[in-house]
Amino acid sequence: MGTASHILAGILIPERGGSPNADDIAGLYTLILVMAAVVFVGVEGALIWFMLKFRARKGGVAAQIHGNTRLEIGWTVGAAVILIFITAVTFIKLGAIKNPAASDIDANGNRVASNVAFASTDQPDPPKGASLNIDVNGQQYVWRYKYPGFDDYVYEEMVVPVGMTVTLDIQADDVAHSWWIPKLGGKFDAIPGYTNKTWFKATKAGVFSGQCAELCGRNHANMVARVRAVPFDEFQRWSDQYKKDIQAARDEGARQREQLLQSQAASE
Amino acid sequence: MSITSDPAPAPSSPPETAATAVRTRPRPHIVVRDVRPESRGWSSWVTTVDHKKIGILYLYTTFLFFLLGGVEALLLRVQLGLPQNTFLEPEKYNAIFTMHGTTMVFLFVIPVFAGFANYVVPLMIGARDMAFPRINAWSYWMLLLGGIVLYASLFFSPPEAGWTAYPPLSNAKYLGSGGIDAWIISLHIIGLSSMLGAVNFVATIFNMRAPGMGWGRLPLFCWTILVYAFLIILATPALAAALTMLLVDRHFGGTFFDPTEGGSALLWQHAFWFYSHPAVYVMILPAFGIISEVIPVFARKPIFGYKAIAAATVAIAFLGMLVWAHHMFSTPMSTVVLAFFMLSSFLIAVPTGVKIFNWLATLWRGTIEFRTPLLFSAGLIGCFLIGGISGVFLAVFPVDWQLTDTYFVVAHLHYVLFGGSVFGIFAGLYYWFPKMSGRMLSEGLGKASFWTILVGFNVTFLVQHSAGLDGMPRRIYEYYDTSWTAYNFISTVGAFILALGILITVLNVVISLKRGPVAGPDPWKGNTLEWFTASPPPENNFDLVPRVRSVEPMKDIRRQVEQETGAPQRFEAGRPLRSR
Repeated sequence: MGTASHILAGILIPERGGSPNADDIAGLYTLILVMAAVVFVGVEGALIWFMLKFRARKGGVAAQIHGNTRLEIGWTVGAAVILIFITAVTFIKLGAIKNPAASDIDANGNRVASNVAFASTDQPDPPKGASLNIDVNGQQYVWRYKYPGFDDYVYEEMVVPVGMTVTLDIQADDVAHSWWIPKLGGKFDAIPGYTNKTWFKATKAGVFSGQCAELCGRNHANMVARVRAVPFDEFQRWSDQYKKDIQAARDEGARQREQLLQSQAASE
Repeated sequence: MSITSDPAPAPSSPPETAATAVRTRPRPHIVVRDVRPESRGWSSWVTTVDHKKIGILYLYTTFLFFLLGGVEALLLRVQLGLPQNTFLEPEKYNAIFTMHGTTMVFLFVIPVFAGFANYVVPLMIGARDMAFPRINAWSYWMLLLGGIVLYASLFFSPPEAGWTAYPPLSNAKYLGSGGIDAWIISLHIIGLSSMLGAVNFVATIFNMRAPGMGWGRLPLFCWTILVYAFLIILATPALAAALTMLLVDRHFGGTFFDPTEGGSALLWQHAFWFYSHPAVYVMILPAFGIISEVIPVFARKPIFGYKAIAAATVAIAFLGMLVWAHHMFSTPMSTVVLAFFMLSSFLIAVPTGVKIFNWLATLWRGTIEFRTPLLFSAGLIGCFLIGGISGVFLAVFPVDWQLTDTYFVVAHLHYVLFGGSVFGIFAGLYYWFPKMSGRMLSEGLGKASFWTILVGFNVTFLVQHSAGLDGMPRRIYEYYDTSWTAYNFISTVGAFILALGILITVLNVVISLKRGPVAGPDPWKGNTLEWFTASPPPENNFDLVPRVRSVEPMKDIRRQVEQETGAPQRFEAGRPLRSR
């Protein structure tokens, strides 16, 4: 199943393999696909078989049948049963897709047991505290991210630690956009005036790419996003370096402003 | 012996009563007399209030827009055939897909059914015209005006926010040029046109049915047009309201959709889809109606489960009013709302399935004539099924989070609107062309067209499911990912095969209008009253409207004539329909 669904991902089933919610969606999709295949083969088969078997021949007489109430009830109930089954499975799987999972690591990057159960109803925080909350902000035509403790935005590439549950608050400043990294789960629209929420937990290191999925203007096609999942230590180093870089850039800006003021004062 | 071997009686037939005329003649006769000569020439087309001429005007206009929309589709496919193609600049690409979507929905699929219905509904129910002939003419001319307003924007700055025109992108701040305004005004005019037409259909079907034609004997195509009309009347005002709000926002200081002033960008999406999801059923139900007429005629069997199909039509329309937010599963909404719209969308699958099963049961144990209208009807069942099934995937909102706004949705909507609606439209064109023109379309070209369209359509759109699953969003003018290249190249090749198939039908129509074999009043041995009159019918349709005793009045008439005269009228399997 593992390898097969990896090969089929992106051809017959949605992308998967980056985050548990993407895997669960692909699993749900696969189940519906199996049922759909049965219905598809049954109906198309009946159509082609009837067309060939009952094609007009000389002397053929069409049966003058007007209907059959039992059959009508039968296929109405049959169709309903399939849909009730899909509904039940959807709601069984919904929690795992919608609610953030527990992180595999704690706030210091140490591994923790991953089989902790949790229950919640509406938009819960990930259990056990260790999680990373990032504000995702879409604007024509770039994605930018605000990390906790960062003074400024990070652009285009989001860096996250492997195994840490990342919750996203998705917003937009100008027009509607849609945040989507296929391997990390479903897409969520960034609509001005609203905050949308989703989450992912990168299960392995790597770069996961995606792009804006809601028409946002002429360069909609160029509004790309990347998530780079790295080991916790590397994330810490990147985070420290980024903060330093932001500070250095600010200091540099302040210095240049100062210089400019001084040179202005000198020339007056 | 052929039903068409006797010429229709001249207007000056002997002075007998209409009733004896039917009883004493050897076969269904066209009883027409005291008819003023029809006005001809181009001015008659401008001044006409005859439902048949208006129907023809509708059909010519909408098919012209279909071809324009098709050319736009080809331009889009050329641009996407290769990664990082530079055939179209982004603003042109956005304008063209906006025009393509708007054209196909508002200027082709919705009004083309008004065209068919204008022509055949009065004939099918034994009426002499629509209830309000002048309003009928008005609704056609409004459609043409709306189309001209939209296409005139091509010479200035066409709209480029997609056929859904979501604000804030469609607000003046982001798209300040007049294209969106042309789009708004055009949709207002077209909406008025379809409302006027809808009121007319309701009035006609309610009040002008032949004696004896109760609701249980109304042809299924008329049932679907009645439901089509009710859906238009119920849903279009929501679109009109949304368009007006957008216009106010753009030019008169409104803030309906501006979150910085307390408005909501989601309000537009709700209002727009409150119209546009029922519009999906406006676009598909009449196609179902057409094949519900065509399949029994060519299977030589009564329709299986007439009441179930009629009831399913009404059920689909009712539920279709309650599913709009399934287009918005990825917007911020609570789980309860998501669940409601998932379940209501699921419910629609049930009556839709009922229809498909009933069509299959109609084919079962029939003697199926492989004529072009039947092939397109079978094509509809086969292709629409795929669109229906992919719709179930999209209705499951967690799955939709992966699929929405990707090429999976593009594939789904084309399986519904092309695989469903357009196959039905072509079935209707081949089925009713002899009635409208008096001449048969070529079967050879018809079959060639069908198979080319079937192959081209599936080559174009089947792989788009995979492109979407592979992460390709819709409405992007270029892409880098080389794993999408193969899908897109195949799709582009398919689009040209599809275009060829449509061109064959265009050619068929052009040739057959002049040179097609003369059809006679009832070339298919149909079931419904439009085959009771000449082809094309005289201006007043019928001198005598027969009493309707079943859902298949022409079968009753043929049986009666056969009993009284001994001349065989019934269809014999395996023989050519026309002896000449």
